[in-house]
Amino acid sequence: MAETTVDRAGAHRAESAPLLQMQQVTLRFGGVVALNEVSFEIHRGEILGLIGPNGAGKTTCFNALTGVYQPTSGQVVFDGQPLGRRKRYQINRLGIARTFQNIRLFQNMTARENVLVGADAHHRTGVLNALFRLPRHRREEAEGHRLADELLELMDLGHRGDDLARNLSYGEQRRLEIARALATKPKLLCLDEPAAGFNPVEKQRLMDLIRRVRDMGNTVLLIEHDMRLVMGVTDRIVVLEFGKKIADGRPEQIQNDPAVIAAYLGVEDDES
Amino acid sequence: MRRFLDAVGDAPRGVRIAGLVALALLAYALPLLNPPIITTPESDFRAVLFTVASYALVALGLNIVLGYAGLLDLGYVGFYAVGAYTVAVFGSLHGNLPFPLLMVLAVCITTASGLLLGAPTLRVRGDYLAIVTLGFGEIIRLVALNSEWLNGARGITGIPRPPSVELFEIPRLTWEGWVAYVDLGDKSVFMKFALLDATPYYWLTLTVIIFVLFADVLLQRSRVGRAWEATREDEEAAELNGVPTFRFKLLAFAMGAFVGGMSGALFASRQGSINPEPFVIQISILFLAAVVIGGQGNRWGAIVGAIVVAYLPERFREASEFRVLIFGLALLVLSNFRPQGLLPPRRRRRVNRETDRKQQMEGGVVHG
Amino acid sequence: MSLATFLDLTLSGLVVGAIYALFALGYTLVYGVLRLINFAHSEVFMWGSFAAVWLMMAMGARSGMSIPAAIGFLLLALIAAMAVSGAIALVVEKVAYSRLRHKNAPPLVALISAIGASFVLAEIMGLRDKIAGWVGLDGVLAPYVARARDTTSFPNPLPNVTLFEVADFPVRSNQLIVLFAALIMMVALDQFVRRSRLGRGVRAVSQDPEAAALMGINRDRVIQLTFLLGGLMAGAAALLYLMHIGVTRFNVGFILGIKAFTAAVLGGIGNIRGALLGGLTLGLAENYGSLIFGTEWKDVVAFCLLIVVLLFRPTGLLGESLGKARA
Ligand SMILES: Nc1ncnc2c1ncn2[C@@H]1O[C@H](COP(=O)(O)OP(=O)(O)O)[C@@H](O)[C@H]1O
Ligand SMILES: [Mg+2]
Repeated sequence: MAETTVDRAGAHRAESAPLLQMQQVTLRFGGVVALNEVSFEIHRGEILGLIGPNGAGKTTCFNALTGVYQPTSGQVVFDGQPLGRRKRYQINRLGIARTFQNIRLFQNMTARENVLVGADAHHRTGVLNALFRLPRHRREEAEGHRLADELLELMDLGHRGDDLARNLSYGEQRRLEIARALATKPKLLCLDEPAAGFNPVEKQRLMDLIRRVRDMGNTVLLIEHDMRLVMGVTDRIVVLEFGKKIADGRPEQIQNDPAVIAAYLGVEDDES
Repeated sequence: MRRFLDAVGDAPRGVRIAGLVALALLAYALPLLNPPIITTPESDFRAVLFTVASYALVALGLNIVLGYAGLLDLGYVGFYAVGAYTVAVFGSLHGNLPFPLLMVLAVCITTASGLLLGAPTLRVRGDYLAIVTLGFGEIIRLVALNSEWLNGARGITGIPRPPSVELFEIPRLTWEGWVAYVDLGDKSVFMKFALLDATPYYWLTLTVIIFVLFADVLLQRSRVGRAWEATREDEEAAELNGVPTFRFKLLAFAMGAFVGGMSGALFASRQGSINPEPFVIQISILFLAAVVIGGQGNRWGAIVGAIVVAYLPERFREASEFRVLIFGLALLVLSNFRPQGLLPPRRRRRVNRETDRKQQMEGGVVHG
Repeated sequence: MSLATFLDLTLSGLVVGAIYALFALGYTLVYGVLRLINFAHSEVFMWGSFAAVWLMMAMGARSGMSIPAAIGFLLLALIAAMAVSGAIALVVEKVAYSRLRHKNAPPLVALISAIGASFVLAEIMGLRDKIAGWVGLDGVLAPYVARARDTTSFPNPLPNVTLFEVADFPVRSNQLIVLFAALIMMVALDQFVRRSRLGRGVRAVSQDPEAAALMGINRDRVIQLTFLLGGLMAGAAALLYLMHIGVTRFNVGFILGIKAFTAAVLGGIGNIRGALLGGLTLGLAENYGSLIFGTEWKDVVAFCLLIVVLLFRPTGLLGESLGKARA
């Protein structure tokens, strides 16, 4: 009885607290300060845009919060727990999944297998279960395939399941990365320039997709270069420049922020 | 060739299974059939078959490490040696355990040595793993060579054989040209494990291979196999998608050691006596060559590679002085003109097909 | 243990270590630009050693010659060894690597190709009596090709005199010559890679192949140059090895090559100064180790040292400096 109360109280606290907090995170590479005391929060159910000119530290930010790099100082708190020195796969299992700016699929595996690897993040099948085809293997395999088919369908890749990742078109590869990340059932989905290299129509379609993913109950952290696009899809925006946070607010506020305008003057279109 | 392989790959399941069963039966019958051309005129064909089978077993184990998990292990012979020495030490030199128990012990100790070597070294970068494992293989041999407890260079004799159950005798064929005679004077006893006739050992090893093949298929088509493959393809991306890559690399290492140890144990029992000499690094390189020549990542390729590496030199003993030279040339030619191996994994072939098609559409040349 | 024994082990450890280091440069340089273990480098060394031996035999070198003549002979042998090793290294690049590189083959295939080249090169030397027989030259070349699978000794014309004694330990001329020659070669190479235009190309390709290509550096040229440099150094190492050990054999490269590669990894592969540090460390560790555990455990000590160093410093003692670590 008592336990339930505690549980409920804990759950309640977790619900209202931010999903992720970057607390004064600094990351140095030798002399380069890639992140300089960056702090921001992500709330449950929102789409947060992370923008800034090339080299501002956006990808480094992802690397810091997925465990690729340890912050030089400061910490990342996810779902009430500091990430500390957790391993990358443990962080993923806590509920942070990401895609990569330069696509990193398992090129010689099929699209479905790529997604299955993600789904396996929560599976326990080991050698014995696999060798003797024990119930756990069968259950997890069925569950994984169901999830994979669902996600491939969602990402408009239903017909490509049996093709090798390397044979997919560029856009399909980007969507497959999202499907793989979603398969790990993340609480927070981090997308690193998912629309890079897309034409405007494709970009729009992808943004619709991201909104759909959010509406299914996910929280999304989105790096995107195209200002207009970010304005349309995000609930809130954090702006980085030279590793420092220079603005944080609703899209309308950001649009009119003089510091942001200064940072973006003349660099907005260098990607395309 | 490729068209044939694709046809095999695309054949209905029933046909494929029937084909495999036929192939297995043929493999069991080989020492009895003693077929012309295939048989080795200048060495004992049955002994050669056993050698080929133990290489195939080793190649299957190394294929897990190298082909699936992508770990370059240049000291694989070390596990082979550990398996062989376990049987020799506890079956003859410092104990007299029966063979079945020795087999279990050998497998346990090699697996443990795989974990022991892997746990610290699998954290170093992939390229360095090659030299570290190479060092491990040498250390094992040198310890065997220099340790009095292991009888040093003198080696160990009197290694126990599997228990014989002499049920019945099977005659074998002799050939005069293309005419076969049943030779009642030259029979194999089912199953009498002895020094003279390697046939029972060959059958035993073949059976082990079939079990390993089954296990290999089951593992590869499961979470375990996917995790290995993902780790090989992009370790960091795998880790960030929830794959505990270190654990799976260690697992691959242990499985590889397990299989290598079994092969070594069978080898020691068949020889009856061992010394450190056959466990030199060059043998590791032969094992590696078997997997790569066959097409890493394909279990059938590993077996084909083992046949190339172990059988061809015995078949063409006339050229025995030039064996290594020819072997080196073969490696050079194969790797330069068929870099994907003789039997690349099915999916790799599919990629090649697609690439060819694309190149054809773009008016490019089609590679052979 | 007497002080003399200790000095003996230290000096001979340094000498062998310097030879390892010189030999290791070929592995390190090639690894820097290609990220591949040049397995055939051991045979590059072996061929260089035979070039030196044969030239000495052809010139009729013998002990008791005048010192200037002996030095002249040794210099000629050095040139011969370096030339032959350099040429073999280029052949290895051409035959075992260039085709695969242009096909973008996976690294393991290149390794197998190099292993093949290594076997072929070693066996040609080991079967030279047969091969000479095929072309009917075995009679004429008898002194050079006879007993092809046995050791061949190096007629060193230079007397090995005791220069001075430290605590009853005689320091001999040969050892010092070998040690200093090796160090001079290493410094020369280091300076070349650091300062010359060609050397800068090597470093650029090591650090960032794509950027180097954008800057108009011809990658193929750089790779050939790298093999050539590694080969020249292996040739020099071969002559010094002969002066120190006195014999060679068709398969001398194999174990020695593994040691040299170990030295390269120990110091930090891709790093020229690392090769020197790794070589000397390995040479000393082997000698001290054999003092403690017995000579037969020398190689075990070497490999254990490697494993331990890699565990605590995964990129070797000095780290990788020619190329940067990949993220
Ligand atoms: N592994 C690294 N080593 C050294 N510097 C790095 C590394 N990763 C990123 N940086 C530096 O950090 C800065 C921020 O890079 P990044 O986060 O990739 O920018 P963005 O994604 O915003 O374009 C850049 O100056 C980049 O050179
Ligand atoms: Mg970025």
